[in-house]
Amino acid sequence: MQEVWVFAEQEDGVLSEVALELLSKARELAGQLAVRVGAVLAGSRVEVLARDLIAHGADRVYLAEHERLELYQTLPYANVVADAVRSYAPQIVLFGATVLGRDLAPRVASILRTGLTADCTDLQIGSHKDAATGKEYRNLLLQIRPAFGGNIIATIVTPEHRPQMATVREGVMRLAQKDTGRSGEVVRLPVDVRAEDCPLVILERSRRPRKVDLKKARVIVSGGAGVGSRENFQLIRDLAHALGGEVGASRAAVDFGFISKEHQVGQTGTTVRPKLYVACGISGAVQHRAGMSEAGKIVAINTDPNAPIFSIAHYAIVGDLNQVIPMLIKAAKER
Amino acid sequence: MAYRIVVCAKQVPDTKNITGQAMKEDGTVNRAALPAIFNPEDLNALEFGLSLRDQYGGTVTVVTMGPPGAAEILRESLARGADRVALLTDRRFAAADTLATSATLAAGIETLGGAEIVICGRQAIDGDTAQIGPQLAGRLGIPQVTYVEALDALVGSEIQVRRNLEHGHEVVKARLPVLLTIVGTANTPRPRSAKRLLRYRRARSRTELLQQMGTKPDDPAYLAKAAELEARGLLIPELTADSIRIDLAMCGAAGSPTKVKKIESVVLTSREQKRVEPTQEGVRALIRELIAEHTLD
Repeated sequence: MQEVWVFAEQEDGVLSEVALELLSKARELAGQLAVRVGAVLAGSRVEVLARDLIAHGADRVYLAEHERLELYQTLPYANVVADAVRSYAPQIVLFGATVLGRDLAPRVASILRTGLTADCTDLQIGSHKDAATGKEYRNLLLQIRPAFGGNIIATIVTPEHRPQMATVREGVMRLAQKDTGRSGEVVRLPVDVRAEDCPLVILERSRRPRKVDLKKARVIVSGGAGVGSRENFQLIRDLAHALGGEVGASRAAVDFGFISKEHQVGQTGTTVRPKLYVACGISGAVQHRAGMSEAGKIVAINTDPNAPIFSIAHYAIVGDLNQVIPMLIKAAKER
Repeated sequence: MAYRIVVCAKQVPDTKNITGQAMKEDGTVNRAALPAIFNPEDLNALEFGLSLRDQYGGTVTVVTMGPPGAAEILRESLARGADRVALLTDRRFAAADTLATSATLAAGIETLGGAEIVICGRQAIDGDTAQIGPQLAGRLGIPQVTYVEALDALVGSEIQVRRNLEHGHEVVKARLPVLLTIVGTANTPRPRSAKRLLRYRRARSRTELLQQMGTKPDDPAYLAKAAELEARGLLIPELTADSIRIDLAMCGAAGSPTKVKKIESVVLTSREQKRVEPTQEGVRALIRELIAEHTLD
């Protein structure tokens, strides 16, 4: 049966977390379709990563190893993935919507002349009836994504072309527990990468570890002008620590010098999509909301019951953050 | 070497500045009420192309696919310094996904004589897909360099650029022809020059001219006016499916593997909301609920 595939992004021998998250999702989709999960792993001397992919849900790891695949560049990687798809005909291929994934996936879709939906925030299996032809399709991948600056949510399908392809943002899918007892097989792909297949010369390359990783954070606790002072921002840090999250801030808090700009969430800061966003003393200007409204759940704490932040909050706490946050920390530590 | 530089641009609704007027009573966005603007990162792409031309020589052609009204961003391109523009417009291009759009743009670029350097903005603010650049490069069969932030050098047929990868950077060298996608931090787009603005604000496409004159394509007055505009370099050329000789199965809805099954508007104001009392018991219940629904581990 046609498998559900995940592109197992790795750089410098380290798997991207989103690839593992996608395997969790792929297992769920493959379960509904009663098919196997495949992972495509490309690189140089990366076979050791196959075990991790299997533990996270892959039944088969399609391994493409070649010296010329050591550093990522679009064309050789796109050809490896497209060739593997042609050989094994998976019905679905998922990529992380990372810097690399958003470079690779559209090139693969172009080679294969199939559909690709970017930045999906949910994936489901479902049916679809074409309004024009009346034709019914079963077991399609429903590719759900925000568009139009987050003002609409679209469900996209790829009825006639295979594979159905989508990219998914980091942190959107839940990472399942790894199971080191799982078994799977490694399928070595025939790979021949000639020098002329690699049109780019990479002269310089740097990767800096992200100090503040708001994009990948599952929980973000943000403080705004209402926190009052640089010293009092410690409350925000303490709550973030208690909830296992990162510290965010509104533009006002950054402008007041409570915290550095790399923590800023919003249109001019970082756009975040954590599962939980706790907004403390943030009024919720549209620019701030633009950067966090896609959070799974939003908890807002503000003394002003009319603060705009409450219009998008799932949980509204009207009260003084200096009293509420210590209570939250206490409750979080009890769990 | 005179480089043929093609910049791809898109007219988009201004999704970043949604004001009260653009909101419907039910809290959803009235897309028709949003002003149409030049996609921001495409302006960076245009600036990248113009400064390449200014430094190394060549011509900059701006290409867009869209309805007749998209001629507006081509007038703006001319005012900012583009040498030539072309509007890919045809009802049969409508409802295209990124694959069909890239096929149409590729056919258009080939009809215009091809290019050594194709430049796109990284992504458009209405869809945020960032797919057109790589897919267009795929169609044209040329290498792509995405997330370009700076030009280091262009020597003969070799270009060296710096890529901004959010968590790092890369300096890469590529042989032409190549497609680049440009990020918003690459440059500050030059303003429209007053002289060029005065000159090109009168530029029209044939469709616009017909509409403006309220007449038919065989009207001698219209034909004379169009010929006059063309002679003065003020006619914005419109390319149709026939003129770019594209297989109709490759463009528009027919050429789009993806279909929109459903669209839901996000309603900002009526999200289901729970009030949590600012008490120890209240927040304890909140934490329990967040754990139960797997928001917290």
